[in-house]
Amino acid sequence: MKVFENLGTLNINSILYKTRLSHKFINRKPYKKADERIILSFIPGTVLDIMVSEGQKVKSGDDLMILDAMKMQNKLKSTVDGTIGKIFVSRGNKVSKGTKLIGMK
Amino acid sequence: MPVNKKIRELQEKREKILLGGGEQAIEKQKAMGKRTARERIMALLDKDSFMEYDMFVEHDARDFDMDKKSLPSDGVIIGSGTIYGAPVAIFAQDFTVAGGSLGLMHSRKIAKIMDHALKMRIPLIGINDSGGARIQEGVNSLAGYGEIFFRNTISSGVIPQISVILGPCAGGAVYSPALMDFVFVVDNISKMFITGPEVIKTVLGEEISMEELGGARVHSEVTGNAHFFALSEDECFEQIKRLITFIPWNNSKKAKAFEPGEPEISFDPEKIVPDDPTLPYDVKDVIRSIVDKSDFFEIMELYAKNIVIGFGRMGGRTTGFVANQPLEMAGVLDVDSSDKAARFIRYCDAFNIPIVTLVDLPGYLPGVDQEHAGVIRHGAKVLYAYSEATVPKLTVILRKAYGGGYIAMSSRHLRADFVFAWPTAEIAVMGPEGAANIIFRKEIMSSDDPDGMRKQKVEEYKAKFANPYVAAAKGYVDAVIEPRETRRFLLHAIEVSEHKEVPMPEKKHGLPPF
Repeated sequence: MKVFENLGTLNINSILYKTRLSHKFINRKPYKKADERIILSFIPGTVLDIMVSEGQKVKSGDDLMILDAMKMQNKLKSTVDGTIGKIFVSRGNKVSKGTKLIGMK
Repeated sequence: MPVNKKIRELQEKREKILLGGGEQAIEKQKAMGKRTARERIMALLDKDSFMEYDMFVEHDARDFDMDKKSLPSDGVIIGSGTIYGAPVAIFAQDFTVAGGSLGLMHSRKIAKIMDHALKMRIPLIGINDSGGARIQEGVNSLAGYGEIFFRNTISSGVIPQISVILGPCAGGAVYSPALMDFVFVVDNISKMFITGPEVIKTVLGEEISMEELGGARVHSEVTGNAHFFALSEDECFEQIKRLITFIPWNNSKKAKAFEPGEPEISFDPEKIVPDDPTLPYDVKDVIRSIVDKSDFFEIMELYAKNIVIGFGRMGGRTTGFVANQPLEMAGVLDVDSSDKAARFIRYCDAFNIPIVTLVDLPGYLPGVDQEHAGVIRHGAKVLYAYSEATVPKLTVILRKAYGGGYIAMSSRHLRADFVFAWPTAEIAVMGPEGAANIIFRKEIMSSDDPDGMRKQKVEEYKAKFANPYVAAAKGYVDAVIEPRETRRFLLHAIEVSEHKEVPMPEKKHGLPPF
């Protein structure tokens, strides 16, 4: 029988298989629960305006920031009641998708 | 004017047009390692078989000084010819003329050859090498793309449609290849994307090269948009010619029969597959142990390698193969492999090609990423494609066939015509370890030696269920066969199902989960 190289182990329903693992599988991102208190950019774009400052109290639904992306001015709103902890960006910053924008307390 | 003078005039006109965008543009094309459009057609088709149409077509755009510009053949060559004697309709975009950009007349020429191919029921080959829409022609250019996409769709499943990407193919233009049956790409030459690196950089701030974004490798390994990858145009043309030998001219015909031949004796199915279901082997060797002359033509070799698809011949007749590949990701079904297999099964069904399915899979790939990527609806495509297919469906269960994977892989329950199993087959609701853990949970938990008890129960389960005989006792498996008998049984099954007919309920069309 042939001998194969670069074999790894894949666990399917408690059985360990000797097999090659794909790049896609190896590089898959482990799932992380979204933290509503960290606001991330949902799309790459430019920070056009910031309507809050650090230490300010906000309610769920309050406007936080305008992110200009794909020819649209996207208003980011708070989804929780809380206090603005840290603002990680400033006006005019270009941000990529998933960039930390605001941390809530 | 005397006749010979008129003929001379025609010859002069032709000569001028045959230069395309002129010597400078041709030099540029060559510097990129690319042939000109007409050279490509000549290299692909049988010698002296090409007949060109619409050579004298000219654009009639007036805006932006276009009325002062002459674009020979409007940047696209169309015509028909033969490959190994089989007629094909072909178009090739000429990058030397206005960057192969697509204007109204350019698109009308493509539409004309597409209509021709459909009417004559012959394969269509499209060679793409174009900068995209001819901006000066505005909405007429968009209309042109739309007309092409429509024809791609209407011709789908009637005539084979082969797309060859030999240059840029960007923006809306990518959807014509995407609607066609097989897409061929060449390393460093093919570039396909909806939005290019420059737009991505300005709008999104992400930097990426054309090659990384939409090069031949990306579309062969990552996106699954391409079916055949080649290192040169020559290799690409050889692949296309080889494909043509395996497929019929249209959906009312069968592929041409070839002289049958025995597989090479070096491929011995009894010695390829290890008995231990957790150990890998190359399922392509099993295919080579079955097909005529061990000649297997793989499709999408670099994408979702956990499933293998391609053509071989059985007794001289083209046969489609779908096989789980234990060597890659244990041969699991997942989003990508389901998508890959389902499209191929539908291709075979549309073009009267029997399908042989070789089964050895542990089930579906577990994981949040798979569930969130929609493994349910993608996995369902396989069930749909097999159930709907009315071509002969022959299944061989080589080793494990667990759970939903067993059902999906052309089982009796999806109306496989013949299901054979090797003595090494394990057809069960799940793998022995998982099953024993559930069924004997109490015994294992209450034992003084849970691990020992678990092992004992796994062995008990294996002895009782990890075999082909439980399924054979119910008639879900038609015959348990020796590995070396596989070819004989399959040849017989193909012969028996030559005139297979199955009535289907009348409907406009089904709703496959895509």
